[in-house]
Amino acid sequence: MRRVRWNAPLILGLTATAVLIVIAIIAPWVWGERAEQTDYSATHQSASAAHWFGTDLFGRDVFARTMVATRPTLLMAFAAMLIASVGGIIAGSVIWVSGPRVREIGQRVIDILISYPSVLFALVIAAILQPGAVTSVVAIGLATCPAFARLTTNLAASVATRDFVSTSRLLGVGPLRLLRRHILPNIAEPLLVLMSVAFTISLKALTGLSVLGVGLQAPAYDWGSLLAKGLEGIYVNAWPALGPSIAIVVAGLAGGFIGDGLAAAANPASSRRVPKRTMKAALAAASASVPGAPPLLRGDEVVPAEDVGVVAVRGLSVVMADGTRLVDEVSFTVGEGEIVGVVGESGSGKSLTAMALARLLAEGLRAEANQLSVAGHNLLGRPPREKLAKDIGIVYQDPASSFNPTMKVGSQLTETLRVHGGVSRGKAAARAIEQLTLARVSRPELRIKQHPHELSGGMRQRAMIASALLTSPKLLIADEPTTALDVTVQADVLRLLREANTRDGVTILLISHDIGVVSAICDRVLVMYAGRIAEELSVEDLRAGNARHPYTRALLAATPKVTETSGELAPIPGRPPQPAQRPSGCAFAPRCPLAQDVCVEERPALMRIGTGAAACHALTWQPVGVQ
Amino acid sequence: MTTVLQVDNLDVYFGHGRSRAHVLQQVSFAVKAGTTLGLVGESGSGKSTTAKAIVGVVRSAAGTVLVNGANIAGARGRALNALRRRVQMIPQDPYASLNPRMTVGETLAEAIDPRRASVRAHAGKITELLALVAMDADASQRYPHEFSGGQRQRVAIARALAVQPEIIIADEITSALDCSVQAEVLGVLRELRTRLKLSMLFISHDLAVVRHVCDEIAVLYQGRIVEYGKRDDVFDAPRHDYTRLLLDSVPDGGPLK
Repeated sequence: MRRVRWNAPLILGLTATAVLIVIAIIAPWVWGERAEQTDYSATHQSASAAHWFGTDLFGRDVFARTMVATRPTLLMAFAAMLIASVGGIIAGSVIWVSGPRVREIGQRVIDILISYPSVLFALVIAAILQPGAVTSVVAIGLATCPAFARLTTNLAASVATRDFVSTSRLLGVGPLRLLRRHILPNIAEPLLVLMSVAFTISLKALTGLSVLGVGLQAPAYDWGSLLAKGLEGIYVNAWPALGPSIAIVVAGLAGGFIGDGLAAAANPASSRRVPKRTMKAALAAASASVPGAPPLLRGDEVVPAEDVGVVAVRGLSVVMADGTRLVDEVSFTVGEGEIVGVVGESGSGKSLTAMALARLLAEGLRAEANQLSVAGHNLLGRPPREKLAKDIGIVYQDPASSFNPTMKVGSQLTETLRVHGGVSRGKAAARAIEQLTLARVSRPELRIKQHPHELSGGMRQRAMIASALLTSPKLLIADEPTTALDVTVQADVLRLLREANTRDGVTILLISHDIGVVSAICDRVLVMYAGRIAEELSVEDLRAGNARHPYTRALLAATPKVTETSGELAPIPGRPPQPAQRPSGCAFAPRCPLAQDVCVEERPALMRIGTGAAACHALTWQPVGVQ
Repeated sequence: MTTVLQVDNLDVYFGHGRSRAHVLQQVSFAVKAGTTLGLVGESGSGKSTTAKAIVGVVRSAAGTVLVNGANIAGARGRALNALRRRVQMIPQDPYASLNPRMTVGETLAEAIDPRRASVRAHAGKITELLALVAMDADASQRYPHEFSGGQRQRVAIARALAVQPEIIIADEITSALDCSVQAEVLGVLRELRTRLKLSMLFISHDLAVVRHVCDEIAVLYQGRIVEYGKRDDVFDAPRHDYTRLLLDSVPDGGPLK
């Protein structure tokens, strides 16, 4: 099972609870006698070394009485919590299992019950039954049941829509087993959190009942009744009221802390224990010594200003707060009017590379580089934001979420133009209609007055491209622009990107996981693996299957073709390393058929080969070319 | 060759009154024993609805779904449950289709016998199932999060095989996977088809994958089957305009057409 993620509130809460439990167990023996000892010569004393919490009106030691009262108080609160959780979870489960109609009615009933304060509910029950410990525990327990029932039904409903539940249903798994094995274990954590909260609530409510005199009856006493007695003489001596109050606060906080701690422990995002990065980035210069070896492309050299096209990146890394490199020393250039594709599997760092170029990295990530110039701006400095917004256009993967659903398409399309370009509303609208027409969006005059949901997915993506092109950007970054689209629509969108490139000369960086997509419209392709560039090759070489890097070759061999009935596909054994566990050598070495010792030890640098480049040691001991 | 799954004139409607939509119109096809039929189409064409109608999750308005002669479309209650076990579905997302709190062994044991799901009692069968999808027996004690997407999808395949179904419905089972992992899953499927003479309905939007896996192809377009035939006939000499458009749109490694 998973390890518990310890955190401060959880440790604090558990420690406090443990101390309270020990006190509850030993108190009657240690303080029992003292708690009953009356001393009429020392009544109403305030705190002193002899009496830590002072004495009450009979001269009894309040500290001893508070300690002795720990056991009944905790037991009652615990019992109430148990009744609430067991009863509530069973009620919630039954409601969930009984089918849609019962569920609907059941949930409404729970909603009504929850809207009544539990103490009020408990008072009613206590008034009907004989006041006493059992009555108040049962009353508070029952009053807290609806909270558990509601949480159980709500959580069960969300888990029940998941695939593993529906698959088990098709397998013929009955509802009870479904609940026991598939639903409850997956909702246990929030229920546990609620249990610790319920403990605190029960403690508070039971104290309230005792103060009102319907709780534990004399001669037995709990913190609540001690507090009630103390309150009677509070103007004479505050200590008999203060002592039990402190105990109540401590126990309540302990429950609250455990709840907070459990909630934090259940949330993987709250984990601060990230494995430390073990590898060191080593710029390998090994192959430089091999005679006749191809020249290296070094990440620490800066591209001279006159050679900078639209993008010049040297040694770009995207680093997490703990130092883990998600993108690791990537170097490439994009020339004016080029379409460059970045292809790689999930986790290869292709999207992060693109987002670093647009200064749009998520919070907690930071870009480091020796050179990072995009569209004439030095991103290592402080380029003006409005210029960046104009010069870099972005098309995202999901056209459904990249538009604000509450704004009309037209005003979103022209936002950059109006805000950063200083163009009037009317002119901007005219330009938008023009671009939408170029993007073959039907009836553009109507579309700019519509909301995003009124457009189909393909039309939204075309509108997105029109929007990105509206400011005549120097670079268009398209991050998986067709992944969410149907294949016929995908072809339209790719055609549109190519048209923008030939018509207006827009430089495009196209990110995709699909080798077919990048082959379709790119001039040059970068293949990324585990945060690094494995190979850079011309699209002609890619189309002809002339890849040099074993990873690119493996990727091509694993891709089925639509044009021919292929034989066996060759899967790539193993899986890519996690960013924090990338080896110091070649990241592909563990899966590579050509790997030798040097591959594990040294990281290969990108080497120029013909019109492309590849980062592979094998190229220095094998004839360069196509195998 | 006998027919394992026979779907005849299946009609499905969604909604009521004016918003009623005719989602499947007169859909008919057949899967012969030991073969795989590919059902292709774009989003909204009715692929998944067809799968759901076959397992009885979606009610059909008309038509029959015969599994080795028994009609699922007309079955209710206990009869439907019994029939359901004869058809098994492999869902799309291997990250959502395995219970994260159950070991692989427990998941498989439950599939083997939902009433007495004991890992120990079914240990032999579990090892056998894992071997079928090229996984070691010790995978049985591990939890889904310890496996890669491809391995999880293989576990999902093993679970579908556990009940020895007469037909398997694979609904976009590789679309959530990376290319290299997809090759791993397709390899396992191909091996199983020859070894177990599996009959399968393979649903996918990816034409290259469908060509790789299937013997026959049915093309769905707006709830109707517009083309139906042998794999190479459909891919090399499509008769319907829509099939042609579909095939022309697939990036095939060359320049955009």
